[in-house]
Amino acid sequence: MGESTPASAPQHAAEGTGQGTGEAGETTADAFLAGGSLRHAPGPYFGSYGGRWMPESLIAALDELEETFEKAKSDPEFLAQIAELNRTYSGRPSLLTEAKRFSAHAGGVRVFLKREDLNHTGSHKINNVLGQALLAKRMGKTRVIAETGAGQHGVASATAAALLGLECVVYMGAEDARRQALNVARMQLLGATVVPVTNGSQTLKDAINDALRDWVANVRTTHYLLGTAAGAHPFPALVRFFHEVIGDEAREQILTQTGRLPDAVCACIGGGSNAIGIFHGFLDDPSVRIYGFEAGGEGIDTGRHAATITLGRPGVLHGARSYLMQDEDGQTIESHSISAGLDYPGVGPEHSYLHDIGRVTYEPITDAEAMDAFRLLCRTEGIIPAIESSHALAGALKVGQRLAAEGGDPAEKIVIVNLSGRGDKDVQTAADWFGMLDENGNVKGTTLSTRSAKGGQPQAAGQGEAKEQQ
Amino acid sequence: MSKSAAKIDQALAGGRAALIGYLPAGYPSVEESIEAGIELARGGADLIEIGVPYSDPVMDGSVIQAATTEALARGFRVASVFDVVRGITEATADLGTAVLVMTYWNPVVRMGVDEFARRLAEAGGAGLITPDLIPDEAEEWFEASDRYGLDRVFLVAPSSTPERMAMTAKACRGFTYAVSLMGVTGARTAVDAAARDVVEAARAAGAERVCVGLGVSTAEHVREIADYADGVIVGSALVSAQRDGGPSAVGRLASELSAGLSRTTAAGA
Repeated sequence: MGESTPASAPQHAAEGTGQGTGEAGETTADAFLAGGSLRHAPGPYFGSYGGRWMPESLIAALDELEETFEKAKSDPEFLAQIAELNRTYSGRPSLLTEAKRFSAHAGGVRVFLKREDLNHTGSHKINNVLGQALLAKRMGKTRVIAETGAGQHGVASATAAALLGLECVVYMGAEDARRQALNVARMQLLGATVVPVTNGSQTLKDAINDALRDWVANVRTTHYLLGTAAGAHPFPALVRFFHEVIGDEAREQILTQTGRLPDAVCACIGGGSNAIGIFHGFLDDPSVRIYGFEAGGEGIDTGRHAATITLGRPGVLHGARSYLMQDEDGQTIESHSISAGLDYPGVGPEHSYLHDIGRVTYEPITDAEAMDAFRLLCRTEGIIPAIESSHALAGALKVGQRLAAEGGDPAEKIVIVNLSGRGDKDVQTAADWFGMLDENGNVKGTTLSTRSAKGGQPQAAGQGEAKEQQ
Repeated sequence: MSKSAAKIDQALAGGRAALIGYLPAGYPSVEESIEAGIELARGGADLIEIGVPYSDPVMDGSVIQAATTEALARGFRVASVFDVVRGITEATADLGTAVLVMTYWNPVVRMGVDEFARRLAEAGGAGLITPDLIPDEAEEWFEASDRYGLDRVFLVAPSSTPERMAMTAKACRGFTYAVSLMGVTGARTAVDAAARDVVEAARAAGAERVCVGLGVSTAEHVREIADYADGVIVGSALVSAQRDGGPSAVGRLASELSAGLSRTTAAGA
């Protein structure tokens, strides 16, 4: 079965996580480096994870995609196309910003932000959609479909489709569509059709189910533009390929700006695409500790979370074997997170592998911790981060404090955080969380509604009201 | 010999294709799904597929999704599928009905492939139909199905290449499940033109017994497919009957459908 093909890493690496202690991290790193490189793992298997647990009907399409991708990635013309779009359309390279005031809260270590939030469409998602949309064109497909959680991937897909003249249909859980109404409108403005999904938990996993059903029926004309580094082969390796630019840039930038590699790299993990993109740049640098922060929701002992690696166990979902939140019967458990983009009960198979060999440490961050970090970044750096990315920020605060506690001058230590997206889409959620809204959903003291275009009832909000409540 | 194959051959020897009916376990209750299965066999189904309700049924359309979601909401547990298989198999011993389980793969993985196979065999089950497991990933299932003498039914589709058809046909035991169209389960007005091509391609690739499913809901569809396939698989229409009229309605529909099976009477009767 999933008996590992290459992944080119050593089998002897430590099982378990090496919970962030420096010693364990480096020992593990040495162990895998002795066995070769962890970069560019081609799939279909990453250790025993990955593969193709898919209906036969879709295998031909996956084969076609794999073949097209393999040719494209060694085609100078294709690579030049991607590079040109990255430079002149997405706005790459994205900045690496030192967060000096934020750093004071992270034990005084130097924190750098990889600014994927500054990309066109506001997140890292654009890297993948442009690449896949170009592949769709190469395959002669005229239509792309996509799933979306927070709406970032849906917006990015609609954008790429508009740019390249493709029809676009986006499946979005009805619950998510309510949470991210503004992104629904964005997708529609870009010419996409948004289909609210009312099955199951009405979130990302159910949107993927419906997208797969659409794909089975329309595979001749349609490419499934999967938004994360998960799913059946070749998606995990393919999506990572288009996001590797994040890590490649970050590595070069930190060397240029500081003259050395970072001590730690942090990213948030839903399906894990932004994380695998930045991690990839540092996988073979044994001195760099790598951390993935999952959505701990209301707390991992509450059952309401999306901490797939922390608490899940291996299973198959949406085409790949990977860690999975499931019950005793193998039924997928509904995940919970304040962040729609992390609210997914699975995770990309390469992350499962990197966890098992101990190269990457995965930890949960609760909603509350993420929102504290969200506010902190707003107020110390003038940057409103996506709530997804706020999980990475909260993790970086912990990592920074741990690094500082190890002794030495903390200002000599460096942490890079992948700021995977900006928080414009999360303003309503944040305003709600921080008690900034009145009972009508208006920002207190104003008639400004965050809920919908028509929500701003003319009833004047009492002037004193805003200060009185909560 | 394979229990499913024997049952199909018996039908063929009688001058007709086999009728295969699908019902989800635990819908609307474990007991009623057993009763419906028995009615289905009495109504003329030679083989029965019992579906395991699953949280993420990507190959299913709205009718089956609604039924399995309801079963799960009412607390269906995977282990109950063995009770359903046993209940139907024992009550239809006189007919020799072959009862298979159709399941997405993760519930099997979670229980343990060997454990699932052992319990299925103990319950008298004939084998498994696996809509999201391809032979490429099925090594563990090959071993377990050999160990317990179970049939393994993989799917072939209009999109399958000749190479994959051959590989899959070889991997199957019992029969090969030919998907009639590119899509998910659910009634359609007409049988997709691709159905006959898939059957022919599967035969050319070495498949011994080929049964056609997806989008087959009426006696007219059955009649059309029975003309060239070894078996005809009906799912959503039976689930709708169970939903609207319970086990007796399932039995009535099975009788209607089975009237379409006979190759010789198709023209006259």
